[in-house]
Amino acid sequence: MEYFLQQLINGVTLGSIYGLIAIGYTMVYGIIGMINFAHGDIFMVGAFISLILIVTLGVTASMPLALLILALIAILIVSMALTSVWGWTVERIAYRPLRGSFRLAPLITAIGASIVLQNFVQISQGARNKPLQPLIPGGFTLSEGAGESGFIVQLSYSQILIIVVTTVLMIGFTTLINKTSLGRAQRSCEQDRKMASLLGINVDRTISLTFVMGASLASVAGLMFLIYYGVIDFYIGFLAGVKAFTAAVLGGIGSLPGAMLGGLLIGLIETFWSGYFSVEYKDVAAFSILAIVLIFMPEGLLGKPEVEKV
Amino acid sequence: MSSWTNNPILTIEHLTMRFGGLVAIGDLSFNVGRGDITALIGPNGAGKTTVFNCVTGFYKPTEGRIVMHRSNKEKFLLERMPDFKISAKAKVARTFQNIRLFGGMTLLENLMVAQHNPLMLASGFTIGGIFGVASFHKAEKEAVDRARFWLDRIGLLERADAPAADLPYGDQRRLEIARAMCSGPELLCLDEPAAGLNPKESGELNSLLQYIRAEQGTSILLIEHDMSVVMEISDHVVVLDYGEKISDGTPEEVKNDPKVIAAYLGVPDEEVDLVEQEVGL
Repeated sequence: MEYFLQQLINGVTLGSIYGLIAIGYTMVYGIIGMINFAHGDIFMVGAFISLILIVTLGVTASMPLALLILALIAILIVSMALTSVWGWTVERIAYRPLRGSFRLAPLITAIGASIVLQNFVQISQGARNKPLQPLIPGGFTLSEGAGESGFIVQLSYSQILIIVVTTVLMIGFTTLINKTSLGRAQRSCEQDRKMASLLGINVDRTISLTFVMGASLASVAGLMFLIYYGVIDFYIGFLAGVKAFTAAVLGGIGSLPGAMLGGLLIGLIETFWSGYFSVEYKDVAAFSILAIVLIFMPEGLLGKPEVEKV
Repeated sequence: MSSWTNNPILTIEHLTMRFGGLVAIGDLSFNVGRGDITALIGPNGAGKTTVFNCVTGFYKPTEGRIVMHRSNKEKFLLERMPDFKISAKAKVARTFQNIRLFGGMTLLENLMVAQHNPLMLASGFTIGGIFGVASFHKAEKEAVDRARFWLDRIGLLERADAPAADLPYGDQRRLEIARAMCSGPELLCLDEPAAGLNPKESGELNSLLQYIRAEQGTSILLIEHDMSVVMEISDHVVVLDYGEKISDGTPEEVKNDPKVIAAYLGVPDEEVDLVEQEVGL
């Protein structure tokens, strides 16, 4: 039981990070019907920007708590802003000029943009792992190993931070999409871009803003990843990106709650598989579940089947 | 003098649209009078919808000029503007022959989307909106009021929160007109608004259009096949055939124009012989 609880906590933490990245995939797919393969690398850039800020500002765990929290909030905001610029630039350079050309063209530039970002970070930051001293050490001990197994269940402060920040952001973000004029414009562009523009909506700008929002959420995921694992390199975007993409597809690509649910599920599947069966096959497990779900529910868990009007 | 020569809201000058070798519209010029209901009619394939597509920025015309004269004396060359600015700046709105509502959004949301630009401005491009600035709440409330006003007007207020795709066909048509009106247009372009409506719905549509013209002061340009609608409500009729204007005037004048009758009903055989002699066939 204690072991299960621990895996659950770990799984939800990991799932939150995947969920944040998956939102970027699902929103971009929703609005322009394209998989933004560079999104995982935007997440990686976000993690690097956060790391650079942390090192430059000299933020360490030994700081007074209030100052540490303040510094982390500042880093979060600056990193979101800077990463958004990267997301915006990728859209502007690699995707917008190809809008209206054949469907595979932006897919190819997406892969290109992904390689460019990886190599740029590899060259400018070096290829070696970048470690970070734990910023938020410690945590609650939920079970002192009282059971017959004697297993100690820990809920670390960084896990609490990740789960809380993710939940707040997801609620805020859902509100933004459902309640604000920008969100309505976005949803209208998803359904009929031409009609939206005939109603006076600047479609290009709305698409840019979608990339900006996706990138800023990915940068939060980047900071959370950095705090949780304490080590990053230029290649983390690939696997995290593929997992988040899987999460988006599992939840139903184009659906916002689907991306969150999918992220959570992939995180849980991975953690439980490595906890109970084998660490080596955790990716196989995650992707197998995806394959099985897609056989029975081709639109994903929460996706809506596309209705062709006759 | 007629209002369309004196005080036009839209002037189309020498408009030509070619698709490869096909001339969809050839050297077309006509005016739309301010405060008029202008009907654009003609047999199938005459190029009516192409004119609409040029006016609303769907197509870039091959040649010619389309000038929108707004009531504040501003002039806009529509053929040079990207389509979202035609709605936002030149205040021209349109509907489609095949209805294009945002089916997955509610009726209210459909009408709110049309008010996106003033709302974005009021919310400080969403940033102010997130922090709940007072001016944003006010603008949001005004937008909702306006949307509810139009829903009430078209008799769909009680279905405000239903998805637009669930509405019956006639209601969808009226909702599309309401949505176009929510963007605050000075010229409303309607592509076959009466298509597929039953006589009762058609009557409701007529009164809605007359209300829009009289109470909202919006000029209307419409494409219509239903001659009863055209003759009953329009002040000015322009007839196209094969991309060219063959008649232009009041409904009475157009109805009795032999060219119009020929285009719609064809001509007797003797006349064909006459024409063939003239051109030397």
